[in-house]
Amino acid sequence: MCLAFPAKVVALHGDGTATVSIGGLRKGVSLALVDGVVLGDYVVVHTGFALSKLDAAEAEKTLVLLRSAGTSTVPEP
Amino acid sequence: MKYIDEFRDGVVARRLADQLAKEAIAGRRYRLMEFCGGHTHALWRYGIVELLPREIEMIHGPGCPVCVLPIGRLEQAIQLARRPEVTLCTFGDMMRVPARDRKNLLVAKAEGADIRMVYGSSDALRFAIEHPDREVVFFAIGFETTTPATAVVVQQAARQGVRNFSVFCNHVLTPSAIEAILGSPDAREGRIQVDGFVGPGHVSTIIGSAPYERFAREHRKPVVVSGFEPLDLMQSILMLVRQLNEGRHEVENEFTRAVVREGNAIAIALVEDVFQLRPTFEWRGLGTLPASALCLRPKYAAWDAEKKWEIPYEPVPDHKACACGEILRGLKRPTDCKIFGTACTPESPVGSCMVSPEGSCAAYYAYGRLLRNQGGSKRKMEA
Repeated sequence: MCLAFPAKVVALHGDGTATVSIGGLRKGVSLALVDGVVLGDYVVVHTGFALSKLDAAEAEKTLVLLRSAGTSTVPEP
Repeated sequence: MKYIDEFRDGVVARRLADQLAKEAIAGRRYRLMEFCGGHTHALWRYGIVELLPREIEMIHGPGCPVCVLPIGRLEQAIQLARRPEVTLCTFGDMMRVPARDRKNLLVAKAEGADIRMVYGSSDALRFAIEHPDREVVFFAIGFETTTPATAVVVQQAARQGVRNFSVFCNHVLTPSAIEAILGSPDAREGRIQVDGFVGPGHVSTIIGSAPYERFAREHRKPVVVSGFEPLDLMQSILMLVRQLNEGRHEVENEFTRAVVREGNAIAIALVEDVFQLRPTFEWRGLGTLPASALCLRPKYAAWDAEKKWEIPYEPVPDHKACACGEILRGLKRPTDCKIFGTACTPESPVGSCMVSPEGSCAAYYAYGRLLRNQGGSKRKMEA
């Protein structure tokens, strides 16, 4: 029920809905809960609604942190 | 796939496991509750429980909306569905949850009730618009993740004057459930001990991480809001271990790519407009909790199924042999239940925790039961 997945916005329809793609599978979603979504954004999708935009810079920071595990305190480039 | 594959890197996962083994203090116990059923499934599905050092014990929380809905509420939905004028639209997860006398929505449908599965609230509203001769009731369940989607369609129905649409509201609140566990007699008397929480990621996209700050402060328990990919969970568990080692009890956010402290302001405002707190609500396992669930505000009474029809509530006890209640409170593991995997299976479930794709029993059945038979993770299964 709280299951949700990240999906890429591939079309904006101008009526508060968008088409998203998850690994090539396309789906219509409502943008009623998020502001300022542009083409190419990634959103978290749940029961046909985008819940939030994914922040690419934050994702990168997390990945750097993850990849630094078990190595020195300096994150890998 | 972006935001998925890179968070499933097995090499990084093993390095994180080594780090955890290094940092978990030998002999100390770290009892961590993952609140969300999605996390429970991820822990098992990706074999994370097998990667954790023996000091770390994961306790499965009540964050499965299908699981915590008591039979009495399901009975009300069945009563509604049996009305000749009503079409009940429900999430597929609910269809096979056992009600009284082991009936369920599927049986009610076979007996002639008009019950349709929908993917979301918008589908239910669309069905109502396309079928003006039917009274379409959306069986709304879910934590804060799902509530805004219901709020949107209630507002839409009101705006467009869709009078044949209503909502049977069962939306519940995460902080109330955490509070219920921390403040329960089980916790006070030491039957359940939780040292820290893996906070629900998708719930927190809506409510933010701020609502957990009170638990962290008052109960002195660290909370780390986590994403759902295996590396997210490994990292969140590591962050909890570090907090406990350092004697900290703060709210940290591992899922920064999707969650901010303040949550989603648009969604919060929508929910605030449409819903208000119920004085009390019965939860499966947790009992009747004050201010723990939502109902529609009086201005939306015309779209409230409980106002449209008289559907008296009657509590119905769980099946005597079913341990769902204790499992939802973190007191028992699915494998402690006498009927787990024998009389109760996903094909023929007795309790809701075996039905839902987020239920702990379903997770153990799908991913854990074979391990136990091999003796491989006996310690963890019975910890």
